Amino acid sequence: MPRGHSPLQSEMVQGTLDMLILRTLVLGPAHGQTIAHAIEQGSEDVLQVEHGSLYPALHRLHHRGWIASFWGTSENNRKAKYYRLTPEGRKQLASHKSRWEEVVRAISRIMNPAPEKKR
Amino acid sequence: MNWRRFFTRAQADAELRQELESYIDITAEEYVARGMTPDEARLAAQRKLGNLTRIQEEVYEMNTATFVEATLREFRHAMRMLRLNPAFSITAILTLALGIGATTAIFSVVYGVIIKPLPYPKPDTVVWVGHSALFGTVRTPNFPFSPQWLVTYAENNRTFQELGIWTRGTAAITELGDAEQANTLFVTQGTLPALGIPPTLGRWFSHADDQPGAPETVILSSAYWQRRFAGDPGVIGRVMTIDSRPREVIGVMPARFSFLGPSADLIVPLRLNLAQPPPDFNYAAVARLKPGVTLAESNADVARMLPIYKEKYAGNRMDSLQLLPAVRPLKDDVVGNVGQLLWILMGGIAIVLLIACANVANLLLVRAESRGQELAVRTALGAGRLDVARALMVESLTLSLAGAAIGVGLAYGGLRILLAHAPSSLPRLNEITIDLPVLVFAVATSVVSGLLFGLVPIAKLASPKFVVHLPEFIRSGTRWASAGKSQHRSQNFLVVVQVALALVLLISSGLMIRTFQNLRKVEPGFTAPATVQTLRISITPGQLAEPERVTRMQSEILDRLAAIPGVTSAAFVSTLPMDPFGANSIAPAEGKDYGNVAPPIRTIKFISPGLFKTVGTRLIAGRDLNWVEIYEQRNVALVSESFARQEWNSAENAIGKRIHVGVTGPWQQVVGVVADIYDDGADKKAAAIVYWPARTQEFMIGPPFVPRSVAFAIRSSRTGTESFLHDIRQAVSAVNPGLPLFQVRSLQEVYDQSMVQTSFTLVMLGIAGAMALLIGIVGIYGVLAYAVMQRQREVGIRLALGAAPGAVKGMFVYRGMILSAAGIVLGVAVAAGITRWMSSLLFGVTPIDAATFAAAAAVLVLAALAASYIPARRASIVDPVKTLRGE
Repeated sequence: MPRGHSPLQSEMVQGTLDMLILRTLVLGPAHGQTIAHAIEQGSEDVLQVEHGSLYPALHRLHHRGWIASFWGTSENNRKAKYYRLTPEGRKQLASHKSRWEEVVRAISRIMNPAPEKKR
Repeated sequence: MNWRRFFTRAQADAELRQELESYIDITAEEYVARGMTPDEARLAAQRKLGNLTRIQEEVYEMNTATFVEATLREFRHAMRMLRLNPAFSITAILTLALGIGATTAIFSVVYGVIIKPLPYPKPDTVVWVGHSALFGTVRTPNFPFSPQWLVTYAENNRTFQELGIWTRGTAAITELGDAEQANTLFVTQGTLPALGIPPTLGRWFSHADDQPGAPETVILSSAYWQRRFAGDPGVIGRVMTIDSRPREVIGVMPARFSFLGPSADLIVPLRLNLAQPPPDFNYAAVARLKPGVTLAESNADVARMLPIYKEKYAGNRMDSLQLLPAVRPLKDDVVGNVGQLLWILMGGIAIVLLIACANVANLLLVRAESRGQELAVRTALGAGRLDVARALMVESLTLSLAGAAIGVGLAYGGLRILLAHAPSSLPRLNEITIDLPVLVFAVATSVVSGLLFGLVPIAKLASPKFVVHLPEFIRSGTRWASAGKSQHRSQNFLVVVQVALALVLLISSGLMIRTFQNLRKVEPGFTAPATVQTLRISITPGQLAEPERVTRMQSEILDRLAAIPGVTSAAFVSTLPMDPFGANSIAPAEGKDYGNVAPPIRTIKFISPGLFKTVGTRLIAGRDLNWVEIYEQRNVALVSESFARQEWNSAENAIGKRIHVGVTGPWQQVVGVVADIYDDGADKKAAAIVYWPARTQEFMIGPPFVPRSVAFAIRSSRTGTESFLHDIRQAVSAVNPGLPLFQVRSLQEVYDQSMVQTSFTLVMLGIAGAMALLIGIVGIYGVLAYAVMQRQREVGIRLALGAAPGAVKGMFVYRGMILSAAGIVLGVAVAAGITRWMSSLLFGVTPIDAATFAAAAAVLVLAALAASYIPARRASIVDPVKTLRGE
């Protein structure tokens, strides 16, 4: 069955959504909707989080033990599932971040090559 | 993979749904705040989330062990399929339950008797310390142990951590309710520590307990303690009267304690004088090896110590025995010679299981055919060959596990029946249970069987050939006609194997039947044993010290017994004919040269006058003893015919010759020769027996001797009746009320006991053979019935064209006969190859006995004929019109 592609999955390096979720949760526990908002607003709406991939990603992180979940009440008194960062998740975020920065540097070196020295 | 979620799937799913719904609610509220109507907002929120099911599926897959999941699904599917087709399922499951149940029951016996370690700590270090000795031309592996060895080895050994000797006997317990004769284990101090099982109450015997002159002590078995003291923990310190002497109870053994042979009620110290150990050879020795010591090292150690013993005690007298050390695992002696017997039974039962598997495989083949379409549809929907194979295998395993579940129940019941009828000579009976290793075996057996018969339909249906034919299947919706031929081949093959295996078992049981018949034909040396009542009475030194008074009391008992109405004669003997617990010794003849080796070992019995008349043993030459000779302790004796022939070449020559028993002793003159008694069993050579008067001036090197424990034999047609036993009890208690009777049984029971191992094997193999025959016959029947059903149309046409019903019948019977003929040829070949494994169980019949083979084949042919006739008859009464119209 053909599956839909979310912008994040198709356009960005795999694992990026995970990293963004972890980064968002550094600020404190949040439910799915808040996380999506935070990513969209933080990227000035450049990154659109398709919720179809958000939830599987949340569950994936949960299974890895990088985030934990609990049921709480949302801003407008709805029952909602909140996620928070675990110490393991914090470690993973750090390593993701440094790897990400490496990749970004590498890509930008390719995209904007330094002018070759003249012989 | 989250196992918690995997097992709480429903809850996890509900949680996910709730989470996603709360998301939709929150988003919708936002949209409403931005000015949408609630309905629009909700729709928009749902759009934004996307395909709910797909999200659920994606999360779901994360939580799934796909293989396990699919297998469980197949399992549920298999259960449904089995429920849909109850006739098939019940037949298959019951067949398997029978096979697995029988195999499990026999395995529990094999495991409990042979495989399971002895119930002692570090059981491999517990050894039997034995010696082998050469008598005549025979090396006996079990020369009895002497206290002189005990002293020598205790002082000089380098390999034993503990060493003790023991013997068995009985002891009279009086002043504690009814007088009774209790089985007693007599031990030296080291015996129990060598076994390593401490008492649950109290303590082991100390060195002091084992000294002559110290206060006498006793340790009780758990069973006896429960029976006579109701498990009272205050029993320690109580004084019991045992053999008319007070003994203090110092310990109670745990229930799990067991030792060689029948379970003992009491354990009593031997209290040998170890400063001057007696030179008798009446004991067995058990030791615990020091850590890390091997059997070979221990045997070398004993070999090193034998010369020390000879120098210290025996002078040159033992040189002719040519002793060799024989230290071996205690388990060898515990298990004895039943190992081979049990493995043969195990093999027989395994054959039954194989036949059962073949039967189920055949059923599955038939069923697979009708399921071709279902599997084709599955394949068309994307199931791979592996998926189809898994589906089929899961079904087979479901069948075999269901069979195992019922089979274990059957095994449990069967084992109780089996143990109730097992020969009491079977060791470790109390250790046979269906425990964890047996259950593991049952499950493993069922899985292996499931794989075995499960592969057959898989080979058919998951094969590439099947896949090629898929389109036809789905299109036509008919049965898989093109596979018919190979299907028949597989079915025929399975039936031939079944018949062959069944024949092997029938032949084995037939050989046992022949053996049993031959044993029954041997004249045992006594007549009409069912009318000889026997019982044993012991007179302890505490009751009567003087040997002469013992003889008088025994004679008085005899007179009273003979006076009971219906008694024709009565006598006593130290050990009854065919009773395995007799005494042995050398008995050299005067003036005979035995060369450098010891004279052969003989059976020694002490008799009263009239014994041979009572049990019906023929007097061949000379005369019987008389009471005067017993009272006057005359030096006379009788011998058996074999003894006379071996020593003097004929019975007549024996009269007037002289023999003695043991190394020295007075010469006794042979006054009579009696017919042989097959004391060691009808399948062995007749024992060479020396009959000594029941009171002698001197026996071996001992003081005047009288047998204090004797078996009375009473010839009467009232044998075994309650009123007769009542009269006997009265007669004995009129002489002395403190004399318990024990081992009350007829001579017939002793005789049956002597061949109990053969009859047990016969019954077990017979049951296996009957099961094999039954299952095998059902197999033939099934295949033919199926063929008839399949060829109904053809048969209809034949009949319509004028074929005689008889010819149609013949056609199917012919096929059944061809199949069984092939099976019989194969079975005869296999049986001829393997029956020699059971030759040690046979008597008077060779393992390849033509008559037995022919008879077994005939039984099989008749059964197969019956099994083929029923479906063939059904074919011949097919209504051609109906059949042809129906298609």
